[in-house]
Amino acid sequence: MSTLTTRARTFKPPSRIGKVSTSTIIAAAAIFVAAVLPFFYDSGSGFMNDATVALVYVVMALGLNIVVGFAGLLDLGYVAFFAIGAYTMGWLGSGFFNSADIHIGVAEQLQSQPGIHINWLIVMPIAAVGAAALGALLGFPTLRLRGDYIAIVTLAFGEIIGRIAVNSDEGVFGIGDFNLTNGRSGITPVDKIDIPLVDRFTTLNLRPWYWTALALALVVLFINFRLRDSRIGRAWIAIREDEVAAISMGIPTVRVKLLAYAMGAAMGGAAGTFLGSFYNVVNADQFEFSFSIFVLAMIILGGLGSIWGVVVGAIALSFINTRLIPDVLNDVPSRIGLDFDLTQLGFGIFGFLLVIMMVLRPQGLIPEKRHQAELTGGGLDGGEETVVEARA
Amino acid sequence: MESASIPARPPRARGEVVREFVSKYGLIAILLILPVAYGIQDLQDDGDLSRLATNIKDGLSNGAIWALIAVGYTLVYGIIELINFAHGDLFMLGSFVAFSMIGTVGLTVSSSFVPLVFGLLLILVVCMVACGTLNTMIERVAYRPLRDAPKLAPLITAVGFSFILQNVGLLWLGGGHRGVPDLIESQDVLFTILGVPITHGDILAVVVTVPLFFFMINFINFSRIGRAMRATAQDPQAARLMGINVDTTISFTFLLGGLMAGAAGLIYALYQTDVWFFSGFTAGLIAFTAAVMGGIGNLKGAILGGLIIGIIQQISDNRIGTEWTPAIVFAYLVLILVFRPQGLIGEQTREAG
Repeated sequence: MSTLTTRARTFKPPSRIGKVSTSTIIAAAAIFVAAVLPFFYDSGSGFMNDATVALVYVVMALGLNIVVGFAGLLDLGYVAFFAIGAYTMGWLGSGFFNSADIHIGVAEQLQSQPGIHINWLIVMPIAAVGAAALGALLGFPTLRLRGDYIAIVTLAFGEIIGRIAVNSDEGVFGIGDFNLTNGRSGITPVDKIDIPLVDRFTTLNLRPWYWTALALALVVLFINFRLRDSRIGRAWIAIREDEVAAISMGIPTVRVKLLAYAMGAAMGGAAGTFLGSFYNVVNADQFEFSFSIFVLAMIILGGLGSIWGVVVGAIALSFINTRLIPDVLNDVPSRIGLDFDLTQLGFGIFGFLLVIMMVLRPQGLIPEKRHQAELTGGGLDGGEETVVEARA
Repeated sequence: MESASIPARPPRARGEVVREFVSKYGLIAILLILPVAYGIQDLQDDGDLSRLATNIKDGLSNGAIWALIAVGYTLVYGIIELINFAHGDLFMLGSFVAFSMIGTVGLTVSSSFVPLVFGLLLILVVCMVACGTLNTMIERVAYRPLRDAPKLAPLITAVGFSFILQNVGLLWLGGGHRGVPDLIESQDVLFTILGVPITHGDILAVVVTVPLFFFMINFINFSRIGRAMRATAQDPQAARLMGINVDTTISFTFLLGGLMAGAAGLIYALYQTDVWFFSGFTAGLIAFTAAVMGGIGNLKGAILGGLIIGIIQQISDNRIGTEWTPAIVFAYLVLILVFRPQGLIGEQTREAG
């Protein structure tokens, strides 16, 4: 009795201050560096452009990571949500529907122009909700299915959206003659992002773009962390690890899976609106199957389910795509006497990367902690193989 | 005493009856929508069905190619439950081999009949062996090391290999479409039955695919290694205990699938007189749809599915527009997976169940 009271009296909550873990420090430092990075580069430079795109890819990769990494549902049609986001921006923020005359929250000089012009801050949530609804709709037929079939249905869905994007300049499925997407010529120009109290977003000054992308990425990153540790996040991981066990623990798999699709899709849609405005054009060639694989390669490279890994993977692959292959490695084939353009082979290289990563280091560059714990705790023999526990 | 009474059937909810009905006949009804709708339209417009019949005939010829590819999907899925994403691109490389071999052997449009037949036979064998070997090698490099890994892993390497093969094709013949000499004058009409013109291309498709299918079905059902394949498909562990070399059997399955893809490549090159590095992607998806439609893992189902998809594709090409065909085929794929994931003549699988 007495010991208990003494214990109760001497108990102190562990102090938070002064005991910050190394990973938190690294993360804070990385975010700080990312925030001040634009001051060291010319505001209109190619590097700023690439860095902005890389941050948007981080958002997309984090979205796909929810579906593939957390919930273990292989989604090969992620490009569809990018397309939906980008087209939402194109439709609601350009002169494309020039018979309409709707202006909400846009600057003076846009007020007089025909078409629908709605501020990006309003368009982005609309696109996110729209993409989420479509993501849930896509998830619906796959719920009865398990495994590889999900991959195929999502792939088919991505292709259907892609086909609609390419061919809907004169009617959809050959019905009517309404110009929905303007096909390969695309919707252009798209309104620039316009945020009150911030510098004007122009093509010459990329800093506001960069910071907006960074803010978007940080918000999504935060959502990702909170989701992972939440009830839903734990349910996703439980489904990934063992669906039958998850069901018997009372996890409503249907709702939880649909939520995974919807969350992942919402992030893809939000990123799509940004890129639509940033590229100033939304055309059908942006939405090819290879883009889905590009995003998938990012999360495989970083480590399925590992949030920081996915961030690193997205930034790395994005710069490999925009910098390393076209600038640094491009003259390698000609130097060794081969005659081809390495930029053509970008996706072959990503394919190679997928194979190599899966065979040699399936857990990715920065493996998820849970997997690491599993590895050191239990499976000593051949534990390497069990790292990617996403049950496709 | 219990046994005397007739076991009372549990009352069935109405929803269950509807679901059972939809699951049984839903897919067949969906499949019939396009032909029936256009059949009625033809009867109103022309008074006969010859246009629809021509569509169906063309569809069957095209479908034979899809069926050959679908066999590769279904065999591999049946034995290791992996969707071999690289298979469509393997077929594309098969058509590239055919394209180059036609130049190497020196066949031209003016070649006479006998050298043409022997030349094509030689090319067929080369295509088949090339694709078969390549497929076996891919299995060795990309899938075998991941045999015990979670199922997502080999699926991802398969996607990776699909991209690698596409880029091999891109480097080999460049990014544009390449025309194949129309050796067999594939669109020339040989004879006409009931208003349906039968072309050289149709004859080629039948002459190559029917013996191959016959051979395949008999091989799987009656040969020693075919039996080993079926045993491995059922239970790899038990098969190993029975003295079957599982690794060799799986390699052999990939070899067979590759052989069929090679044959499909040659027929495609001669029939479409056009090869392109990206054709494998769409072909692969269409063939996969065919395999799922028939019931994946089921050889006869894959052949049936291939023919049906060929007909749907042809009707859509001819009536709705070529650019919409992939979207329509994929929409069918989604519908099949919703209404009848086990396929037309497939059994309940663990995956689809």
